[in-house]
Order: sequence, then C-alpha cells, then structure tokens
Amino acid sequence: MHMADALISPAVGGTMWAISGGLIACCARKVRQTLRDNLVPMMGVLGAFIFAAQMINFSIPGTGSSGHLGGGLILTVLLGPHAAFLVIASVLTVQALFFADGGLLALGCNIFNLGFFPAFVAYPLIYRAIARGQYGGSRAWAAAIVGAVAGLLLGALSVVLETKASGISELPFGTFALLMLPIHLAIGVVEGLATAAVVSFVARARPEALPTASGAGTSSSLRSVLAGLAIATVIIGGIASWFASTHPDGLEWSMAKVSGKEKFDAPAAGIHQSAARLQEKTAVLPDYGFKTAEAEPATESWPAVNAGTSVSGIVGGLMTLGLACGIGFVLKRTRHAGNDELAGHRTDG
Amino acid sequence: MRETMNWLDIGQMDDMGRMDTPVHRLDARAKAMVTMVFIVTVVSFGRYEVSALMPFFLYPAVLLSLGRIPPGAILKRILVAAPFALVIGVFNPFIDRQPAIVLGPVSITGGWLSFASIMLRFALTVGAALTLVACTGMHRLCSGLEQLGCPRVFVAQLLFLYRYLFAVAEDGGTMMRGVELRLTGNRHIGLGVYGSLIGHLLLRSMDRAERVYLAMVARGFDGEIRVMQKTVFRPVDIAFVCCWTVLFIAARVWNPAAELGRLLAGRLP
Repeated sequence: MHMADALISPAVGGTMWAISGGLIACCARKVRQTLRDNLVPMMGVLGAFIFAAQMINFSIPGTGSSGHLGGGLILTVLLGPHAAFLVIASVLTVQALFFADGGLLALGCNIFNLGFFPAFVAYPLIYRAIARGQYGGSRAWAAAIVGAVAGLLLGALSVVLETKASGISELPFGTFALLMLPIHLAIGVVEGLATAAVVSFVARARPEALPTASGAGTSSSLRSVLAGLAIATVIIGGIASWFASTHPDGLEWSMAKVSGKEKFDAPAAGIHQSAARLQEKTAVLPDYGFKTAEAEPATESWPAVNAGTSVSGIVGGLMTLGLACGIGFVLKRTRHAGNDELAGHRTDG
Repeated sequence: MRETMNWLDIGQMDDMGRMDTPVHRLDARAKAMVTMVFIVTVVSFGRYEVSALMPFFLYPAVLLSLGRIPPGAILKRILVAAPFALVIGVFNPFIDRQPAIVLGPVSITGGWLSFASIMLRFALTVGAALTLVACTGMHRLCSGLEQLGCPRVFVAQLLFLYRYLFAVAEDGGTMMRGVELRLTGNRHIGLGVYGSLIGHLLLRSMDRAERVYLAMVARGFDGEIRVMQKTVFRPVDIAFVCCWTVLFIAARVWNPAAELGRLLAGRLP
C-alpha cells in the first residue's frame, strides 16, 4: 500500500512529511538516549533483513497464493517502537529511492501509514497486552494476528483518507474503503501468521535474542488491549460507515456528479476545504495552485473548450515531449563529442 | 513482488551512482532540492492537466543524458512500479464520463484526461526520484541529507541499511537456493518451515550486527556516529538550483506546450 506521488496533492504530501519528519526527529532523539551502543548496527542490519525476508514467500494453506513478511510488527517486537519506527522509515526511503515503490513526496504518508500504526498503536496497545510477554503459544499467535490486522487496517484507512483529501483519484470514499479494507484484512492475517511463526521460532531457538518482557502482563493489560481495539474499531468502522452512508454507491454518486450537483457532500467538503485552505498557504504559486480545486466544478470549463484549442493542446503537448527528449538526446551526443566543460555549463542554463 | 531480479537492479543503480560526470559532481543538496521543487510543481497541477506536464520531461532527460545514465534503466523501473498508480487511476474513466475534449466525432471524457494526467505525473515524479539516486549515489545523498538537517541517527540508519542490504540479501538468496534444491517438484514452503527459515536468517543477521558492532568498537566507536565530511556548495550548485527552479515556475505559470501547439496548429492549412 505504498502511495504514489501521482495521487496526492502537495498539501497532503507536505503535511504528512511534517508529521513523519517530526516523528523521525523524536525517535532519533529517543534512540540516542538509549544506552545500547550496539543498537545502531542492529537497526541497520535488521532493516536489511526485512528486505531479504521479503524475497522469501510461504504458501497460504487453502489458497493458491503466497505471502511474505511486511516487517513493521516484527521490527517493533525486536527493537521497541522508537528504533523500529526509524528502521521502517529507512526501509521505505530506500524502497522509494531504488525501487520506485512509493514516491518521494508521498514518503511522509507512507512512513506514517506503515510505520506509525504498527509501532505506536498495534504493538503497545494490542500486541503487548495480548501476548503478555510470551513469544510462543496461542497467546503470542493471537497477539501477532490481531496486532498486524489492526495496524494494517489503520494504515489502509489512512491511505484512503489521504487519497481522498488529495482529490486526484475519482474513486468515492466508500468504494475505495471497501476495496482497501478487506484486502488489508487478509494481508494483516498473513502478516500476523508470518510474524508469529518467526518470533516463536526465535523464542525456541535462542530466547535471549528477544527482549525480556518488562511491564507487560500487568493487571491493566486487558484494559489496554480493549482500549486499543476500541480505538481501531471506532476509527475504521465509524469513519467508513459515515462516508459510506453519504455515498450509498458509486453509480449514484457519479450520476449526481453528471447532473451538475455539487461534487461532494458536507462531510467530505470539510476535509477538502481545509485541505484547500492549507494548499493556498503552502502552494508555491497560490493563484495557479489547483485551479480545478473542489470548490469550483472543474467540468464546467471543459465542454466549452473548442476543437481548435484541443488540437493545439495535443499538438503542443506532443511537440514539447519530443523537444524535451530531443534536447536530452542532443546533449548526450555533444557529451560524447567530448567536451565535458561545455556540457556542464549547459546544465546550468 | 520484490523478487531476486531487483537485487541486480539495485546493484546497477549503485554502479550508476558511483560514476563521475558533471551531474554527479554537483552537490547532493542541490539535486535533492531541485528534485523536491520539481515533484511539488508537477503534483500541484490541476487534475485534468496533460499538455502542461510535457515540458517537465526536460529535467530528467537533461540530467540522464549529461549524467550518462542509460534512460532504459530508469524507464524499466518506472514500468515495474506502475501498477499501483494504474490500479487507482483506471477508475477515473469509468466515474467521470463528462466529455472534456471534442475533436470532430471523437470526444475524450474528463476521466480519461485525468487518468492520462495521473500516469504522466507518476512517470515524472518516479523518474525524477530515480534520476536523483542514479546521478548522486546513496553515500553522497546521505551526506547531503545530513547537511540539510536530517537527524544523524536516521542518516546513519540509512547508510547501515544500504551497506548491509547486499550482504543480508546474499544470505537470503543462498538459503533460498538450498530450500529450492531440497523441495523436489513441490516448490511450496509451509508456515512452519517459513518460520524457521526466516528465523534463522534473522538470527544470522543479528549475529552479523553483533560482529559489526564489535568491529566498530575495536576501531574506536564510542557511541557517537560521525557520518561524513561536509561538502561545499559551489556557485555552479547555486546556479543549478536557481535555473531549474525558475524554469519550473515558468513552466507552471505559462504553458509552453499550449503556446507551441497554438503556433503550429495555427499554421496548419
């Protein structure tokens, strides 16, 4: 569920960058304060381990498909929330830079969706409370599955909200949520199974490699797991049903749109207006930013466009694309002609 | 699907990042800043914008050619990453059916237009990020990030992760080959085998981390991470940032593609 730059607006991307950046700074300070010097190489190697573990799949019983470890929950179990958040953020950064998995502007969203929920919600409120310091047995398996499912569902819901607030995709909230949540429920179960399998193996093979349970299994654990589950349920169920009821289905929604009605109903407008306000403040060029923003019906101006303008738009677009690539090609030829200084100079102009 | 093929890819990206060309010699901070300005400008366009995005292909094209990066390598990665944007964007044509462009008998709906816009934005933003790495390399990029104020622990984490990616991946690959040789015909791994397989890989990785730590201590590691020496922001870097920023803003404000089209289409008989 890595989000791409193409589907988010600068306002959403910038806001999530600020939130994730703040979390990284906070976690970095916490990690520096810990007295474990070997934490730094451990974090680095475990980040690499997550990449390697994602290469190996196991078959899911009863289905033809296979699954692998996502990594958020197991990192948190091994390293604790703060160090794990940094490792997840670094894994996502390398994925964005080298694999084009999620964009650079969307990196803030991705770090928040895939890092914050497992590290700071699923692990402390759900996993620890259910597992009560155990790494094997049914309790640990249940903890891993429930924790992974909750973390992934919250992340998926966050993806839907961020996409909706950006307003690039036309998918109605209800449809998108119905698309994302069941898939991530399944992914969460797989993730939980994989996490529990690995953790219980390590607990049997080398128990000292796992952090000793301290503070877990106290009397408040039931309360905290209930609180964690309640928060997750309220957020997922509440918001999804609220939006689903305002947009009963995609067809009706698109008919309302074609008939020229206001594009979004009141609840969505709240998000959009605040996003648009934020956009006005953050946009490089406020006057030009998002001229098709939600407030004005973008479709109005389009049918009025005459064929002449359309032709010139298409011809101009194709010509410019050709020119852009052509300039690159010519520069390459001049470079090969062997004048580095000249070529270097042209980069600047 | 992050399969073994991608490991070769990341090695190739690493090789490209180590090259020495005028583009590689530019300060990493300059390239990182221009890339971010580029992405924000591209993403800030309205959702039906198509032709105005075209001039932005100039930036990756110029950098790739001056940096002597084969464009095919970048294109391949963009295509591999395309499915997510495709899956979300492909709904637009079905939802937004209002005609937006009419060319005689053919009319293009707003949905198709915004779908095209999404895919173009995707190619541009992903292309720019990959170009940044290919023209900078992870080490220069990380030292640039640190000088830009990124927390040192996080920069060290990125470098460590990157340093051990290849080693741990090789471990995993060896393990996988062993498993495949023993699974005759039936190539499925059950959950139990998976748990011990990945668990072993995890324990090996943790042992490696311990050895790395001891080696660091032997070389005088005192808990303080020193990342890299500072680089100097030269006039050429300032010029690079200024010129591209002005160019992006100009292309954002004024649509050169539309002007060119008007000029050319106007001359057509």
